[in-house]
Amino acid sequence: MNSIALPRHAARARPPLALGGLALLLAAVAWWSLSSGAMPLSAGRALAALAHALDGHVLDGDDRVVLMLRLPRVLMAMLVGAVLACGGAVMQGLFRNPLADPGLIGVSAGAALGAVAMIVLGGALARVLPGLSGTSGVAVAAFAGGLLATALVYRLGRRRPGVATLLLAGVAINAIAMAGVGLLTFLANENQLRDLTFWSLGSLGASDWHRLAVVAWPMLLPLLALPRTARALNALLLGEREATLLGFRPDRLQPLLIALVALMVGAAVAMTGVIGFVGLLVPHLLRLCWGPDHRLLLPASALGGAVLLTGADTLARTVVAPAELPIGVLTALLGGPFFLWLLLRSPAPGLRP
Amino acid sequence: MNAAAAGGEAWGGRDDSLAVRGVDLRRGDRHALKAVTLRARPGRLLALAGPNGAGKSSLLGVLAGVLAPTRGEATLDGRALARWSPTALARRRAMLSQDVGLDFAFRVDEVAMLGRSPHGRSQASVDDRRVVDAALRAAHVWHLRERDYLALSGGEQRRVQLARVLAQVWECGEGTPWLLLDEPEAGLDIAHQHFMLRRARLLACQGFGVIAVLHDLNLVARYADEVALLAQGRLVRHGSPDEALAPAVLSEVYGLPLRRVAIDGEGWLLAPA
Repeated sequence: MNSIALPRHAARARPPLALGGLALLLAAVAWWSLSSGAMPLSAGRALAALAHALDGHVLDGDDRVVLMLRLPRVLMAMLVGAVLACGGAVMQGLFRNPLADPGLIGVSAGAALGAVAMIVLGGALARVLPGLSGTSGVAVAAFAGGLLATALVYRLGRRRPGVATLLLAGVAINAIAMAGVGLLTFLANENQLRDLTFWSLGSLGASDWHRLAVVAWPMLLPLLALPRTARALNALLLGEREATLLGFRPDRLQPLLIALVALMVGAAVAMTGVIGFVGLLVPHLLRLCWGPDHRLLLPASALGGAVLLTGADTLARTVVAPAELPIGVLTALLGGPFFLWLLLRSPAPGLRP
Repeated sequence: MNAAAAGGEAWGGRDDSLAVRGVDLRRGDRHALKAVTLRARPGRLLALAGPNGAGKSSLLGVLAGVLAPTRGEATLDGRALARWSPTALARRRAMLSQDVGLDFAFRVDEVAMLGRSPHGRSQASVDDRRVVDAALRAAHVWHLRERDYLALSGGEQRRVQLARVLAQVWECGEGTPWLLLDEPEAGLDIAHQHFMLRRARLLACQGFGVIAVLHDLNLVARYADEVALLAQGRLVRHGSPDEALAPAVLSEVYGLPLRRVAIDGEGWLLAPA
């Protein structure tokens, strides 16, 4: 299963050094992101804008670009990246499979179905509930869809012990949700098609302070809570029976982890659409560098995901400025070949030395 | 009911055993265990023997507390396993399972350190490191401690799992540590089979309670202090290897005529008649 060749003597980083390094990297990427865009600013100017905001200085145009447009977007990219990568690491531990992804529990497909349903059928709904229109309506529908699909997967999957049934229920619910998306796409008119294509490619373009304030908690709370389950996740890598023998309660841990991941990933997908590869790539790469211990892997994945998505979003809005590349396309375009390189760089992939 | 439970606890202080009383276990529509009563004592190596499907691993699972009996109860120090907190129980008994599918690239010493999970503390202490070191040496894998677990052979991985299990109950200090081994000899070469059983025997001499499911009756005869012979979910015989492994009983239980062959000086081997 683990087809990436490893050195005979595995290297291990000291956790404070590893996390400190990643935090520095994140600060550097954030700084770069704040100073680049359709209107490039010097790095010092971006810092000055932050200083102006902190000491109550009167804000000028450049300050506003940094503080009102770029800063919320950078923070959103950090949060969403952290959520996707940390969620991926948790799912890989829970399913004991390095290829697992938060999508396995149905949250992404459910959110996509919710969003597309709102885009295509929302016109009718908006006449009844005027508050639920436009992009916030789509976000609410996506969040609700993600949670509903996950709840359904969990209800079906827990009928038998073990994660295998859960995994199969997730596959089935994913397929049904994607069929629903297909059906709605078929029913959609030209404008709706354009909207739903754009949504499904993912974008951080709609980030502002208001949206950030709404989704910060459902993303931050699980991110802060998950590292507390690190030891149990480590034991779970040995199998549910071994985890039980070590004094953990997999039957309680499983629903907790699924709920936390569904909450934060549901919120992330609702805000930005589906952004692939972050949840797979970041934990995989970090495991390769520092081993599978979740006490380091979970916080490191959160920081690494934040770095990756902030960097990718900065590229997305600068390479074809003033237009923007969809970020989902960019992460897959960069992540895919990198992942292949990881897989293929060893002389005999799949063979254990 | 309450009086009985209270009586059991008062008695618990003196009762130093891992036992099952009147245990039935249904798995699906199959009776895996029927009315099994068995008491294991500290300082002895108890072997569970019997043909395939006799209920040996089921009984070990009930003794470990991972399988809940349909009727009857399993007790540690006279107290039902279900009434122990999972972590307190985990500090007292460890089990080497037949097959541990670990697909993540932990280092060998990290795998052994997982055995320290029930001992509180989120970061490993000096004590934990010392215990893991001792467990790695006891399982003959200390020289592999910095290697990637996935790069080891099957037999080496099994010894690493033994080290993890030993680390779990090493110096537990809260009572007799119990070690349950499910076919510890499976997949090992003859030297390591004997190494594994000698280690189990040595631990029993040091005061551990050791219960092992064993298929090789000659290993049972050589190393076990007591044998519980199971057939079709029932306990057929319980006693010393000399008593419990009577050729007439074994021949019937296994459906294969067996006889004892004396080996020069001491003991005997079982061979088809």
